[in-house]
Amino acid sequence: MIEIKSVSLVREGQRVLDSIDLLLPRGGLTALVGPNGAGKSTLLSLAARLLPLQDGSVTIDGLPVESTPGKLLAKKIAILRQDSGPPPRVSVRDMVGFGRFPHSGGRMTAQDRTMVEEALARFELEALANRSLDRLSGGQRQRVMVAMTYCQDTDYILLDEPLNNLDMYHARQLMLELRRLVDETGRTIVIVLHDINHASASADRIIAMKNGMIAADGTPETVMRTEVLEAIYGFRVPVIETNGMRLALQYASCAP
Amino acid sequence: MFVPAIPLHRRVVMSAGLCLALLVVASLAIGVEEISLSSTARSVPLADLLSISRLPRTLAAVLCGAGLAVAGQILQTLTRNRFVEPSTAGTAQSAALGILIVTLFLPAAGLGMKALVASICALAGTALFLSTAHRLPPEQPHLVPLFGMVYGGVVGAAVTYVAWQNDLLQYLDIWTNGEFSGVLRGRYELLFVAVVIVAVAMLIAERLTIMALGEAQATSLGIDYRRMTQIGLVLVSVMSALSVVVVGLIPFVGLVVPNLVSRLSGDNLRGTLPLTALGGAILVLASDIAGRIIRFPYEIPVGTVMGVIGPAVFLWFVLQERRDA
Repeated sequence: MIEIKSVSLVREGQRVLDSIDLLLPRGGLTALVGPNGAGKSTLLSLAARLLPLQDGSVTIDGLPVESTPGKLLAKKIAILRQDSGPPPRVSVRDMVGFGRFPHSGGRMTAQDRTMVEEALARFELEALANRSLDRLSGGQRQRVMVAMTYCQDTDYILLDEPLNNLDMYHARQLMLELRRLVDETGRTIVIVLHDINHASASADRIIAMKNGMIAADGTPETVMRTEVLEAIYGFRVPVIETNGMRLALQYASCAP
Repeated sequence: MFVPAIPLHRRVVMSAGLCLALLVVASLAIGVEEISLSSTARSVPLADLLSISRLPRTLAAVLCGAGLAVAGQILQTLTRNRFVEPSTAGTAQSAALGILIVTLFLPAAGLGMKALVASICALAGTALFLSTAHRLPPEQPHLVPLFGMVYGGVVGAAVTYVAWQNDLLQYLDIWTNGEFSGVLRGRYELLFVAVVIVAVAMLIAERLTIMALGEAQATSLGIDYRRMTQIGLVLVSVMSALSVVVVGLIPFVGLVVPNLVSRLSGDNLRGTLPLTALGGAILVLASDIAGRIIRFPYEIPVGTVMGVIGPAVFLWFVLQERRDA
């Protein structure tokens, strides 16, 4: 369980997070949605000890993130942030293999290698395995990063906008794959999404953030409602129900 | 650990090794004192010539080259910028400042003391560079080397000023322009520390490669980013300081070699560091040999030779980078 207790963060005089309390029990696919600048990425980074806590506490299975050795945490929780920096000239296979570092310490065993191959297959990257990362498109690179994060083989996986740059096919594939991971291996996945319809279709729970606070929290049925979405995004979003799913029609011509 | 897909890399390493071996033989043979098996009327016995002068000189060039190339690679990893190296990050200039301080306050101090103080100064100077470089906007990669050159220039100017005030300008030239002609047995052995530095770098190669992905990614993979940065800084600083103390500043090796290797074999340091070390040794030794031949029997310092080759290659890289983008 990830336990976030009264976490606040102030950056350059701006309150980014305002006393967030959140319990993420083991298992399940949780989508984090909300407008730009709501504090979603910051919350994820704090939970995964990539930013120092200013106020409040975060524990993962009872381990406080700020005092637990990084090596130990790296076997519990993996985080993928939004892409930054120039891509290195490293092969896709090597890159995915870096995900094994917390386990292998740099010396890959046969088991580590099997895991890498499995990750390559799972995210349909076999054909690219020997290509250098700087020769891939943004979407391909994004899938490599997700595969690397998966390869870390942690109970908790935090993904910050992994659908960035992905085409319709690969976005859907990734969501299906994450769903399968949760259902088959009991992993806990938290994913920041901008496409709330993906959240509605795949997530067990949707947490909406706004202005550094939690604006809505519940199953897709409770969050995917016109009045709730209006409170979050500030405009009327028609919601229809089809194939047992609630879909938001946020498109320009779908006037309410 | 090479994926079977790149036997090319292995071939490159082997040819580099062969190339270095040939250069070593050439370096032992070339000099003012002629070496031939038939000459009986030589002024210096062959064994002495080799063991006192030629071999130390050759080894010094190999060790400096390998160490500086690896140091450049580490610095590029820490800054996440391909265009920095110890002489454009204030490292070498800070080391010169250290030697100057020792010369002023402990004129009787030996090479070891000089190396120690130079290393400490280099460490402080590079740490300051790094902490500033991390604050520069990452979307403008050329700002980092630009800042480094200005920063190195400022430290260098301070060194010159202090040296001028104390009538030490002539000494200063010895440290700021790398040269191997003064290398003799008993005066270069400190450079064997380069072997340790290269070995440590190879041990932490995987960590360094992951660190090049950025602090967040490295932390997520369980790497203690701060501690590894400190270790990297020590490696870079000690290597640069040693080379400045023993032979003087050799610019551009740490820049040219890692960039060439990256183009040939990629950025997975675990596979490429041996090639980087070999490449550095080749470049410096070849430059030293060239410096000995060009106006034989006089010599051109290796720092000068490198000062001509380096910027040309650097410019080519920058232009290539633009074409690739």
